[in-house]
Amino acid sequence: MISTQLLYALAGVGLFAIGLRATLLHHLLLPRLLALNVCGAGVFLIFIAIAYAGIEGMPDPVPHALVLTGIVVAVSATAMALALGRRLENIKSDAIKSEATKSETLKSAAVKPEAMNDE
Amino acid sequence: MIEILWFMVDVMLVLLLLALAWTTCSSRDVMRAVTLFIAMGLLLAIIWARLKAPDLALAEAIIGAGISGALLLSAIRDYPSTAIAVDRSPLMHSIINTFTMALTIVMSWAAWHGLNMSDGVRLSEQVASQLAVSGVSNPVTAVLLNFRAYDTLLELAVVLTAVLTVLILNDKRADSTAPGPLLQGMTRWLVPLLVVTSGYLLWVGAHAPGGAFQAGAMLAAAMILLQLAYPSIHQGFNLYLLKILLVIGIFIFVLTGLWMMSVNDDFLAFSPAHAGTLILVIETAATISIAAALTLAYIGGRPTGWEADNHGNRAMTEKGGAE
Repeated sequence: MISTQLLYALAGVGLFAIGLRATLLHHLLLPRLLALNVCGAGVFLIFIAIAYAGIEGMPDPVPHALVLTGIVVAVSATAMALALGRRLENIKSDAIKSEATKSETLKSAAVKPEAMNDE
Repeated sequence: MIEILWFMVDVMLVLLLLALAWTTCSSRDVMRAVTLFIAMGLLLAIIWARLKAPDLALAEAIIGAGISGALLLSAIRDYPSTAIAVDRSPLMHSIINTFTMALTIVMSWAAWHGLNMSDGVRLSEQVASQLAVSGVSNPVTAVLLNFRAYDTLLELAVVLTAVLTVLILNDKRADSTAPGPLLQGMTRWLVPLLVVTSGYLLWVGAHAPGGAFQAGAMLAAAMILLQLAYPSIHQGFNLYLLKILLVIGIFIFVLTGLWMMSVNDDFLAFSPAHAGTLILVIETAATISIAAALTLAYIGGRPTGWEADNHGNRAMTEKGGAE
């Protein structure tokens, strides 16, 4: 029983480490978010490995309830991060657009006097 | 003999899980990474079932793989490129690797040490001894909605906060390509089934795996499917009603808590005689709120017409549009 618990707990540690490494390495939001979720899954796995009590035994329900809460909170946090990322992306593309129109108006303003001089 | 077989299954599941996690995290394309992540969620659901946590297996399959997957897949469209580039300097790379490696060793030692210690006081014994007065016979539901009801109340608050942030920040995503007749036909069959399954999960949560979160997420999955197959379906929905649905879970929860406070002198201390009924009422309200929240999170922002009854907001959007 201990060996099963240990195996899954170590897998949880491995998952956490893989997720953490990728979270630190990535720059972009989406891959980072995925990595962070992998990280969280590792923590959940450690909890559930500790709660496990053998094939016949009844597992500890308290970590189960905690992890259930954790799964729902994780998906909410992911949704919030995605909304923030989308907002940021919109602001960025708006900034590029307004920059483009600004340089356009500057150009036409700069061109105008010359055109008048030519006349 | 049977133990060796189980051990082989365990080793296989663990190796598969680590491989999926690694490929998810090292993939160079977002689409691929999200797909692998969904696969990892499904594998985790199998692992929860193996570790005798059926409540979690249900939740992971519906939320971890299903709803998260839908959220992430629709979010890919928000970004101009799907390529993932890692351009950390070699020094930074090795620092991160060393740090992660050291942390892994420390955590492995902690896990080994923790599992080999004496059992001490296990909360499961206390749960088992108090289960009779909790009003339900599923220990996980008893912990969630009776013994640790505070946690669940605050969790609903977290979900509401997250979805409010989503609603504040963005308008609904533009509809994707028109759905095919196959999807629409399948949705007509699936949605009633999903709604019935959701009701079943809610009811059965009292004495078997299931409960408000699984039921709410299942209902949200039905709504997401409807939204995919019939993109304009939300336009017929009363937004005022939607706002009420969004907060009804917390409202009923707090109301019940205050009522119990007037009877038993403690917030959320249920009387054993009524606990079962109260838990079912709270769970029903929570199911509706969770379903509404997750559906709105998937839609990605305010549905069309959301600002119609809020003049300040509308003025701002109009001003923004005029610019």
